[in-house]
Amino acid sequence: MIGKYALRLASLGYLAVLLVAPVGFVFWRTFEHGVGPAWDAVTTPDALHALKVTLILTAIAVPANTVFGVLCALAIVRHRYPGAGIVNAVVDLPLALSPVVAGVALLLLYGRGRWLGGHGIVFALPGMVLATIFVSLPFVVREVVPVLREIGTEQEQAAATLGASGFQTFLRVTWPAIRWATAYGVVLTTARALGEFGAVSVVSGRLVGQTESLTLYIQDRYVSFDTTGAYAAAVVLALLAMVTLILMTRLKPKEGTQ
Amino acid sequence: MIEARGIVKRFGDFTALDGVSVDVPTGSLTALLGPSGSGKSTLLRVVAGLEQPDAGEVSLDGEDVTRLPPQSRGVGFVFQHYAAFKHMTVWDNVAFGLTIRRRPRSEIKQRVTELLDLVQLSGLAKRYPAQLSGGQRQRMGLARALAVDPKVLLLDEPFGALDARVRKELRIWLRRLHDETHTTTVIVTHDQEEAMDVADRVVVMNAGRVEQTAPPRELYDHPANEFVMSFVGPVNRLGDTFIRPHDVELLLEPNGSTQEAMVQRLVHLGFEVRVELVRDDGETLSAQLTREQVETLELQHGQIVYVRPTHQTVFAD
Repeated sequence: MIGKYALRLASLGYLAVLLVAPVGFVFWRTFEHGVGPAWDAVTTPDALHALKVTLILTAIAVPANTVFGVLCALAIVRHRYPGAGIVNAVVDLPLALSPVVAGVALLLLYGRGRWLGGHGIVFALPGMVLATIFVSLPFVVREVVPVLREIGTEQEQAAATLGASGFQTFLRVTWPAIRWATAYGVVLTTARALGEFGAVSVVSGRLVGQTESLTLYIQDRYVSFDTTGAYAAAVVLALLAMVTLILMTRLKPKEGTQ
Repeated sequence: MIEARGIVKRFGDFTALDGVSVDVPTGSLTALLGPSGSGKSTLLRVVAGLEQPDAGEVSLDGEDVTRLPPQSRGVGFVFQHYAAFKHMTVWDNVAFGLTIRRRPRSEIKQRVTELLDLVQLSGLAKRYPAQLSGGQRQRMGLARALAVDPKVLLLDEPFGALDARVRKELRIWLRRLHDETHTTTVIVTHDQEEAMDVADRVVVMNAGRVEQTAPPRELYDHPANEFVMSFVGPVNRLGDTFIRPHDVELLLEPNGSTQEAMVQRLVHLGFEVRVELVRDDGETLSAQLTREQVETLELQHGQIVYVRPTHQTVFAD
């Protein structure tokens, strides 16, 4: 009995101290002087632009990584070819690599005068998109691969003997089996894309009102002693993340159906 | 008519099929019988196009299909573990092949109704596979495979995952279904009783080769070699001689051609009794008697009897 309560207390306490308190504190500080100042702080042109940049980055990175993630998972699980193991390992690289390293790597590759360098990639939106895709790449793959392994190939073979083409089989047999895993991967990808700081920070050049995403804007406000602006923008980011989480729990099929 | 010629299939260092040739006549029900690893399932998958052979040819009704994908071969395939489409109802599972072929809705409805009736699943059309028993799932698998009017029906250990009673029911049912539809059918099994029960022809396979092809009775009475002899039924091996337990006669008195043996154990299997014997030279053998015979002889544990084979087989090397 005591063990059970101790376990609950420990886990709840851990969550309270490390998650709820800091996030709650941000909310509290934001609305300390009412909604007015906070609203003003997030509706400045720079703040709105930063929000727009973050939404653009997410809107490009998430669909790209979803399509690539599903294809990549199929390539890893369904095809035997030399190097499949390497693909599987490389996909995890962004999880292991510090985002700053990713940013520097992109800078080296695409920077002016570099190998694939050119105008308008680094210190501009395309570079930030690449950085966001880089860091949020593994999530869909990682969610879909184990499900593909688990469902096996028999259903797909059955579909083939019944006359279904590869694409028809994917659409009617494989996709329904992996769609929830994909949806969960999309949520994780979205959360990562919204919150990315390090890699984007390196490649963006941090031009206020141009290449500043919401995370960069928050830090910029904070170091400029504009704590109200920083907290208010942080709340916007936190709300976006919460909406993502709520969407996921609503999307998730209820356990035990089908 | 299925003709497989000189099929070779390797998986890495393992040779699953080592130059196999098999003919399956149109309208027949042929069993591929063999132990695990004998290559029987691989051969079936090669015929279906689910595996590409390293050498050899497959033709269906005279057309070479070796390089055709499974979609274009017109085969129905039934899997051991059902391969049911889990997120579709029984109805949609059975309708799958017809939906893919974009058949008119009325035709699909009529055909699926017919098939569900045939496999006795009419009342369960709206269920999901997870809500069916194993036997029902496999009948659904059969209906799904039959829906597209396949040239040949291929069944890969279809009853292997079912319990003994359902297995027996389903194989009797399969035989009846075949007698009605006459679809050329190949069934893979490792169970000799199942093969003998259901098929008109049995192909015995071992280690990637065909050992013998014959009707069940001929297989049993005239096995081509030791392997077939011991695989298709219980057998006593005494030196070079093979004797079926039911070909062992027990006498209470010796005569010129008998050998002395002691009753070690009496195993009652309902109507039949298996008598385990040990000869004076230490060799063990078993005899299969009816209950009446055992009662007439008043056989008991430890009793001395005289053994005479009524039929025995010796294979030339």
